[in-house]
Amino acid sequence: MMIGSLVLLGEISQLWYALPLIVTVSLVYAATRHERMEPILAHALRFGGWIGGFMLAILLVILALSSFT
Amino acid sequence: MSGRSSEEEIQDELNELAAIDLRDPRLAAFLAWLVPGAGHIYQRRTGKGLLFMTCILGTFFFGLYLGGGKVVYASMRPQDRRLPYLCQVGVGLAALPAIVQANRMRDPYYPKAPYLNGFMAPPRLPGQVIPRGSVDPEYEEQIPDRPGYSRYRRHGVPSEPHLWRERLHKYFDLGTVYTMIAGLLNVLAIYDAWGGPMIIVPAAGKPEEEDDDSGKHKRPS
Repeated sequence: MMIGSLVLLGEISQLWYALPLIVTVSLVYAATRHERMEPILAHALRFGGWIGGFMLAILLVILALSSFT
Repeated sequence: MSGRSSEEEIQDELNELAAIDLRDPRLAAFLAWLVPGAGHIYQRRTGKGLLFMTCILGTFFFGLYLGGGKVVYASMRPQDRRLPYLCQVGVGLAALPAIVQANRMRDPYYPKAPYLNGFMAPPRLPGQVIPRGSVDPEYEEQIPDRPGYSRYRRHGVPSEPHLWRERLHKYFDLGTVYTMIAGLLNVLAIYDAWGGPMIIVPAAGKPEEEDDDSGKHKRPS
């Protein structure tokens, strides 16, 4: 039961590769919505937080599911 | 908290938007495709241009580095359709060497050796005619009446795409994803260079809401 979770946790280190992508996607998306740098950065921070939160929620669901298998 | 209502901030942005001179939007869009950020720099929107350039080219080249320089190539051969290239080519000039390399190797009978040690060149497939000496001799198969040319070995050795994946493991896919995302992000930047930013304006008649990307947006005229 726990083996699945352990394997999954081992794979989590690969999630670091998502970090630069989250930063880039947030900044570029925010830059298409604003012209000045201040609102761009504020929007990017908010949007990046949403993406990170969403990914974390999905990860927790997968961890919970894997603990039952 | 800045102490200003979001209505004032939106008004400020709209005023700023009205002040943007997009110059020749088509030329700006072309430049934005050619070199991410260049279209904005042409429009004298230097800050945004540098932001797009850093983010998009940084992502592209990091992906290329992760993938050992092998993840960006153009190939539409039936055995190897490289569809990710359709996204990667969104970064413009940085992905164009792949077209040059594919063009050099395109001739099925008299292909030329790729430039720069095969950088962005498509992989050699089993049985493909190649200039003699362009791969390790153990991967070559002699063609009796074709001096200067040989064939990539069909049996007993792994194909080049297989070799790359074996050597790069997950980094081949990671590099592919990074470079694809860079190309797709540049589509957003091209659109921004062509039409200006799509500033979020609350729909008319609705109470003002927090800017959360879920409301109705309209492009100010």
